[in-house]
Amino acid sequence: MADTVLNAPNIKKLSAKDFRSDQENRWCPGCGDHGILNSVQKAMAEMEYKKEDYAVISGIGCSSRFPYYMDTYGFHTIHGRAAAIASGAKCANPNLEVIQISGDGDALAIGGNHFIHAVRRNIDMTIILFNNEIYGLTKGQYSPTSNQGMVTKTSPFGSIEEPFRPAQLALGAQSKFYARSIDTSIKLTAAVVQAASAHKGTSIVEVLQNCVIYNDGAHALVTDKATKEEYQLILEHDKPMIFGKERNKGLIMGSNGKLVVVTISEHGITEGDVLVHDAHTEDPHMHWLLSSMLAPEYPVALGVIRDVDSTSYDEKMVQQIEDIKAISSIKSMDDLLNSGDTWVVD
Amino acid sequence: MSQKTKVIEREEVVIRFSGDSGDGMQLTGTQFSDTSALFGNDVATFPDYPAEIRAPQGTVGGVSGFQLHFGHQEIYTPGDYADVLVAMNPAALKSNLKWVKPSGTIIVNEDSFTDKNLEKAGYESDPLLDDKLADYNLIKAKVTSLTRECLKDSGLDQKSILRCKNMFTLGMVYWMFDRPLAHSEEFIEKKFKKYPLVVDGNKKVLKAGYNFAKTIEALPYNYSVAPAKIRKGTYRNITGNKATAWGLMAAAERANLELFCGSYPITPATEILQELAVRKDLGVKTFQAEDEIAGICTAIGASFAGDFAVTTTSGPGLALKTEAAGLAVMTELPLVIVNVQRGGPSTGLPTKTEQADLLQAIHGRSGECPMPVIAASTPSDCFHYAFEAGRIALEHMTPVILLTDGFIANGAEPWRIPAMSDLPEIIAPIAKEGDDFIPYAREDKRLSRRWAIPGTKGLEHRIGGLEKMDGDGTVSYVPENHQVMSNIRKKRVELVANNIPELKVKGNDEADVLVVGWGGTYGHLTTAVRELQKEEKSISLAHFNYIFPLPKNTTEVFGRYKKVIVCELNDGQFAEYLRSSFQDIKFEQHNKLMGLPFTVVELKERFNQLLEDK
Ligand SMILES: Cc1ncc(C[n+]2csc(CCOP(=O)(O)OP(=O)(O)O)c2C)c(N)n1
Ligand code: SF4
Ligand SMILES: [Mg+2]
Repeated sequence: MADTVLNAPNIKKLSAKDFRSDQENRWCPGCGDHGILNSVQKAMAEMEYKKEDYAVISGIGCSSRFPYYMDTYGFHTIHGRAAAIASGAKCANPNLEVIQISGDGDALAIGGNHFIHAVRRNIDMTIILFNNEIYGLTKGQYSPTSNQGMVTKTSPFGSIEEPFRPAQLALGAQSKFYARSIDTSIKLTAAVVQAASAHKGTSIVEVLQNCVIYNDGAHALVTDKATKEEYQLILEHDKPMIFGKERNKGLIMGSNGKLVVVTISEHGITEGDVLVHDAHTEDPHMHWLLSSMLAPEYPVALGVIRDVDSTSYDEKMVQQIEDIKAISSIKSMDDLLNSGDTWVVD
Repeated sequence: MSQKTKVIEREEVVIRFSGDSGDGMQLTGTQFSDTSALFGNDVATFPDYPAEIRAPQGTVGGVSGFQLHFGHQEIYTPGDYADVLVAMNPAALKSNLKWVKPSGTIIVNEDSFTDKNLEKAGYESDPLLDDKLADYNLIKAKVTSLTRECLKDSGLDQKSILRCKNMFTLGMVYWMFDRPLAHSEEFIEKKFKKYPLVVDGNKKVLKAGYNFAKTIEALPYNYSVAPAKIRKGTYRNITGNKATAWGLMAAAERANLELFCGSYPITPATEILQELAVRKDLGVKTFQAEDEIAGICTAIGASFAGDFAVTTTSGPGLALKTEAAGLAVMTELPLVIVNVQRGGPSTGLPTKTEQADLLQAIHGRSGECPMPVIAASTPSDCFHYAFEAGRIALEHMTPVILLTDGFIANGAEPWRIPAMSDLPEIIAPIAKEGDDFIPYAREDKRLSRRWAIPGTKGLEHRIGGLEKMDGDGTVSYVPENHQVMSNIRKKRVELVANNIPELKVKGNDEADVLVVGWGGTYGHLTTAVRELQKEEKSISLAHFNYIFPLPKNTTEVFGRYKKVIVCELNDGQFAEYLRSSFQDIKFEQHNKLMGLPFTVVELKERFNQLLEDK
């Protein structure tokens, strides 16, 4: 707690360090998870919640080790079920700031059902999805986000499965907030985690994460120094969708309803022709197109892709209880036990 | 209130109302049972719904029944065989005749015995015309046409008129047992408040049925069942499922915690979730999860965050919850898992009763994963045992399984309403801000760790499903530590025995035969044993509600009897469990797997046999 500002007793400013637990970190050196941990701790230091109000809840997987490294309330649960456990925690105490950690297998294979239903209900929590397109903890089997053809221990001749695009799944489940980042970009990840936390409802932050051991370079085009600027489109609300080393590439809507990559000042294209990002529009169509873009045909959309105002499940739950309490004549168990048809024996 | 030709005094009577799903038999039965309870009888009831929601009309599969047993004595079961059967159509007669006592009374709606209905019911000839029913006291009433006639000027349409016909039979039965109409009249007025024509119609038909019974010669006598000696107090009727829901709510109130229920609908447990969902006025949070796994997981999350959390289900759902139940054991969080047992395996007999989830409850998890198991034994004591499950879970920081079953869950009986102040306060070991908190440090008496609830300043900590280091609760793979922690988990459940009552035997402390049962068979076992005791037979009953751990005096009790017979609605699971704990005792068995409760008759027969065998 060395960084605490001692002369400001009421507003104790926390630092990223305050969120570091004393547990020895077990992730492989070079694993993308380290960067995500740093980003989240950085984001939390910037946010206004009290430390004791954070509950970090994970499933099982390398990524799900996360809560052990956080000096907050934490719960390392069982494989796939963290979304459900986090939902219950938030309902029990809506004041908590619930952060739910999952891997791609945890959230989308064994926990796919809980994931879509948490999103559909719109429980106010932030789901951070560590997408390394592989099962890390079990040592390298293909996951629901692994590309077709990928050779892994359980697909020695290449996977024959279609991968999920997590954003499509989320949008299909009525997601109101979807952001994407990469493990190596601490600043961007911290920023989108903060935005996700500020959003009321289920917010998903997909982090493209590198598993150095079993799927190294899965996101290389987007993360490698040499290529990243060409393949990262960092979206900002109300800003044109411009990217590229020279900041001269942009997206326009093609006549066939598909997004098209253009170069500004070529073929008469000006900056004014480039699409402007609207994260707040309820219509998910553009968000679907943006989040579905794959390299190398397109840049990969990062930042806050969708952020639509909504009322969360827990707000509605609390409201409904208050409303019914106000109109019911039953105020205690004694009232209930003696309500309705009763008779006296004397 | 009426002039009786001949009155027969009876200690107890069983009536079974049966008809097509749409004939209103549940309502008719409930009305008769409420009136009898108000009159001062002791009552037990059981509804028998068809498994299909919309089974074809007129078929045996679509018959809905309601049995009630009322008496001058204490009543423990809805009764084996009926003194009176009301059959609104041939299918109802066909499927229920086997449940009528020899020379019992059968009231049929003669109008419904048409060729078409007879065929649908699978009758080759009309049973009202041949001599098949000669041994019974058959009362034929043209219920449909008499109802029509009665309401022809009522202004009601044909459909509404026909809906009143159950009131006609109710009126008839009221006359037979000399019951006043007032309660049902009031009920009708309340229920159809918005439809005055319907109120008048139903009341008129009720009265017409009553007068019809009075007038016809077919009823040579009336029964009279005097009020029972019932403990003073305020009473209400309650089903097992409702009592379970209320018991859980009572535990939350006495623990001063909010109640959270995460569940997925499944017969016959659904009503618990439904009942809790109504109780937003008492702050109950219900969460209809996407499956049973999410049901228990949301509950575990809620428990982690400081609510009194429960999940409710039936056998197949319990199977789905097992992995998460293990997490609750590992993290030592309070949680109540209610399992309303039904016939299994697989989808099995969803609407029928069975006790075959016992070993699943005790053992059915991965690893050495002990958790307390208790069982309710009557519809109304589901309240008490749901409360107890909550008390044990919260005081010992452990998940607890409460077993009920389809029979007591759907059955109803009058219940003396307790005052909340009579229930013990429940004190969970919640850690407070400023406490020296170590996640797996334990208090001595129960070896329970403390509950540091997120939001409490300074007590931030991590828990999870990985093995914990004894004391500080960090992850540990140390071999010796796993042994230590496994021993502690076992010991923690054993220590619950210090916090539950001893086993009480009904009957003499020593006898030739000790009948042993658990859970929902209580009523039948008690009735059978009491009847034999009245015949001066040397027999006693030990009925278990605390299953794991067993009450501390269990060995001592078993040792006092020459023979011990374990009766249960499964293939011998409790017997097997007892054998593994008490190797010196020889346990006889009586088992049944028909989706039905025991009958008192079959139990007495079996016990007599055992009493006679040398
Ligand atoms: C019920 C159950 N089934 C299977 C496993 C084994 N298992 C643990 S983690 C995992 C997959 C992890 O992949 P992912 O969720 O992508 O996390 P990562 O390790 O890649 O971060 C599997 C299959 C388990 N722990 N529990
Ligand atoms: S196996 Fe992969 S995902 Fe797991 S810690 Fe190592 S690098 Fe990270
Ligand atoms: Mg993964």
